[in-house]
Amino acid sequence: MKSAGGYAPARIRGHERNHGKTVASVLFLGGLGLMLFELISAVPFGSAPMQVGQAIAGEAFARTGADNIVTAILLGYRGLDTLGEVTILFTAAAAAGMVLAGAGRGEAQGQEAGFIFRTAAWMLFPFLLVLGAYIIIHGHLTPGGGFQGGAILAAAFFTPLLASPASPFNHRVAILVEGFAGLVFVVIGLAGLAKGAFLTQLLGTGTPGALLSAGSLPVLYVAIGLKVGSELAGLMARVFGEGSARS
Amino acid sequence: MTGTLLYGGAIGLVIIGLYAIVARRHLMRNIFGLAVMESGVNLLLASVGYRPGGHAPILVAGAAPGPLVDPIPQALVLTAIVIGFGVLALALALVVRVRQAYGTLDNRAVARRLRAENGEARS
Repeated sequence: MKSAGGYAPARIRGHERNHGKTVASVLFLGGLGLMLFELISAVPFGSAPMQVGQAIAGEAFARTGADNIVTAILLGYRGLDTLGEVTILFTAAAAAGMVLAGAGRGEAQGQEAGFIFRTAAWMLFPFLLVLGAYIIIHGHLTPGGGFQGGAILAAAFFTPLLASPASPFNHRVAILVEGFAGLVFVVIGLAGLAKGAFLTQLLGTGTPGALLSAGSLPVLYVAIGLKVGSELAGLMARVFGEGSARS
Repeated sequence: MTGTLLYGGAIGLVIIGLYAIVARRHLMRNIFGLAVMESGVNLLLASVGYRPGGHAPILVAGAAPGPLVDPIPQALVLTAIVIGFGVLALALALVVRVRQAYGTLDNRAVARRLRAENGEARS
């Protein structure tokens, strides 16, 4: 049973609504939009305001051996930033877990989905796993990589949970996988110290276009994929579990 | 023409998102506004990297198939999407807790309750 005042914000008391404030915010937003548009149209579309992009596009392959230049930038040029990015995601997941921790597991779980969804969820599971793994390990050659493939891995584990909310989700395993993947990333970074700096690329650049090329970048992307996948799956399982438990 | 469309669309998305954040009362709609605003920013960044006749910044066995678009905005957008997901998930977790604690998702009602509680604590 939903309480009447629960979800719907008071439409009934619409008369007390402050229309002046709404008009003012619309005017403000319109002005802001116009100002931003004027500002941006000073930069002609399709021109190159920065030289660094073309410079990196020219030399990235020779330095990293990765066909996908976005991957080369993300892991080769700004690997430390990517470590920070993964840390932000970890912090968000930990914070969400902390926020929801006191809520306590609800006794009334969400409703079991229909037969078609339940069957499809389990049939999709292996295919989603294969697709996620494929996208992760080809991250240095084709569009995709650890973040995109990790999201698909998380979907593989989360879809069955949506279909039957009563089925258990093993948070302990997810945390173990995540911690291990983070450890691999940092250890590869530290091994780079031997060659000069943190996260220096190891193992040479290899044959262009081969699966085993671009040195340590694919290994880093696999670590990111596992970390992102386990983090997202755990996060969604937590939010969904708590959300469905109480509504 | 394409540029006007992309820039205008990106700024339009930001404005729509901002409107949903400041003028709507439902907390879920505020969060949707945040997500829409974020896609506007991502669209803007990605379209800044456009080059006439440019290809995706992916080489074919080490050779560029032609002029490439700027790869740096794409790498930044990839980062921004991941961060945005983290923010969204945290916001949703907070909304679940707000609903449990106050029984409503009306942000003004929640603000009123918060003010009342703080007033009681002070007096």
